[in-house]
Amino acid sequence: MAELTYREAVAYGIAQEMRRDPALVMLGEDIAAAGGVFKTTVGLVDEFGPDRVRDAPISEQAILGAAMGAAMTGVPVVAEIMFSDFLAVCWDIVANEIAKSRYMTNGQVSFPLVIRTANGGGVRFGAQHSQSVENWAMMIPGLKVVAPSTPVDMIGLLAAAIRDPDPVVFFEHKALMGAKAEIPDGEILDELGTSRVLKEGDDATIVALAAMVPRALEAAERLSHDGISAEVIDVRSLVPLDTRTLLGSVEKTGRLFTVEENPRLCGWGAELVSIVADEGFWSLDGPSVRITTPHVPLPAAASLEDLALPSADRVYETVHKSVDAGGGA
Amino acid sequence: MSTDPRTDYALREPRLPEPIDHALADAPIDLDVRLGMYRALHLLRGFGKRAHDLFLQNLVKGTTHLSLGQEAVAAGFGAALQPQDYSFATYRGHAHSLARGMDPGAAMAELLGRENGILGGKGGSMHLTDASKGMMGSYAIIGAHLCTANGAAWSAQMRGTDQVAVAFFGDGTTNIGAFHEALNMAKVWNLPTVFVCENNLYMEYTPIDLVTAVDHPAADRAAAYGLEPILIDGNDPDAVYLAARTALDTARGGGGPSLIEAVTYRSGGHSRADPGKYRPAEEVGAWAERDPIPHYLARLLSIGVDEQRLEAIEEEVERQIDEATEFAKSGPEPGEGSLLTEVYADGGSRWRN
Repeated sequence: MAELTYREAVAYGIAQEMRRDPALVMLGEDIAAAGGVFKTTVGLVDEFGPDRVRDAPISEQAILGAAMGAAMTGVPVVAEIMFSDFLAVCWDIVANEIAKSRYMTNGQVSFPLVIRTANGGGVRFGAQHSQSVENWAMMIPGLKVVAPSTPVDMIGLLAAAIRDPDPVVFFEHKALMGAKAEIPDGEILDELGTSRVLKEGDDATIVALAAMVPRALEAAERLSHDGISAEVIDVRSLVPLDTRTLLGSVEKTGRLFTVEENPRLCGWGAELVSIVADEGFWSLDGPSVRITTPHVPLPAAASLEDLALPSADRVYETVHKSVDAGGGA
Repeated sequence: MSTDPRTDYALREPRLPEPIDHALADAPIDLDVRLGMYRALHLLRGFGKRAHDLFLQNLVKGTTHLSLGQEAVAAGFGAALQPQDYSFATYRGHAHSLARGMDPGAAMAELLGRENGILGGKGGSMHLTDASKGMMGSYAIIGAHLCTANGAAWSAQMRGTDQVAVAFFGDGTTNIGAFHEALNMAKVWNLPTVFVCENNLYMEYTPIDLVTAVDHPAADRAAAYGLEPILIDGNDPDAVYLAARTALDTARGGGGPSLIEAVTYRSGGHSRADPGKYRPAEEVGAWAERDPIPHYLARLLSIGVDEQRLEAIEEEVERQIDEATEFAKSGPEPGEGSLLTEVYADGGSRWRN
């Protein structure tokens, strides 16, 4: 049992997998000697050497192309794109090359690779270093998409992503880097495609991802003092998506709230709301509500960024108002 | 009618081929290799012409990018590559696929969108792939596959094999960022990657010299990445073969990447929609005189190869193209059974529970 931060859990999880699989390699900018700009890869080059933990030039296409070519010829790879905003620079390799090539070759090639990237806002970096872009990846057939919210999930889901035979885009949240947790001893291996009910409740289902999870939990705690029992689900894996847990929860509570950091349009919550509308409609006691960042680029000033991102206050008030408005049992 | 070469490229000064290097007749190349390249030239030419015919019959839909006139590059490399090596091509990838041994029938069936196609009809003309033959794919977005070839080369380096990855691309690719990213990484990591620019003088419909800072779009950039400039006659299979062998040997021996610029010419347009009218008639005519097939026939005859032996090769290839066409036409169109397969490694497309 050791206490680790979310950032330390990244290196812990990768090291666990690099010890298990001597073929596994990683590459990215500043990941070796520097230990990553978020210090998520500290110590890896010392244990595994510079051939397995490779510093790359600022060449995001070359980085992901190298990951693709290595993976398709039998070498599993973890590639780092420093900030998820930078995925736009190499999106061709992700969306057109890695995601499509299995399908368009009718299964001739496989891509056992993980693209890790620091995602999300809350750290005052401004519009080009703060986006939540998990919905970009979610809409591409052929990719799997994961975003853990705790150190233990970080290790277990990272291990599952690395062992998965498909390409996984793995979002690490910048605002969670300092979060701490006790880590159980022994190998930690989780399962993609599973969400987790973090708090059980009867009156409302609040679904959140990554940095929105602690805010949803805080809101639920406060709601409980007002006699509103909210269930909180950490989505964890957008693709594959655990719709069974979602639909089961809404069947019980009758209300759905999504807490999304991505800007409003085409956020992942819209897909969840649509699934519940299609398949859980008769369980609903009221309209499903999406709590999102407004449709703006993220501003830098602390006051503005705090206004933009869904806060625990906003979640609390939104759920409260909606439940107070009544309807249903 | 325009008289301004800035608005009608056909009025520009023609860019004419360099003279043939007849000394290559004495190059140390085994006769079997040369006969193999002669056969490949005919196979690639015959396949391209047949694909064009089938397009005109509306049996090939969508678009096709033919290598007619440029076959010597694929033929030369095809002869020099070893079975374990990796090839990565662009959407103009039919010739490179066949040169690596892809079955012509399965390739033709793919162009026709049939179930018996090499990709089951899912990829089409621009994505021919046969991983079992080292043909790792044809990619239709300029630049990316140079980076991917590096990855295959990196993988070979890590696994300690002597495999080499070769990326074929056009002159236009030299102006996209991925070209420069790939060359830099290949050099820094000393990767066994061979980059082969087929400079056919036109990036799609625009003369390459009008949009490129240097005369030789690949060779003149080599120095920026610590590489030797290698400029060869891309219409001469012997020249290509020799350059390929040198670059492959270098890569295999741990000597790192090479960048080869093979100057050639498309006898047709960019894709099926393009008659190629933007090129000066004198230029088109001069390059037609440099067509690799009659030129290579003359070379083989000049070194004493029996004409009947060459005719037998041509006849055999013609039969092969006919059989490939029949095989392709006989295939059913793919149906619902394959629409939802092979998105993910479990063979399906399921994204939820």
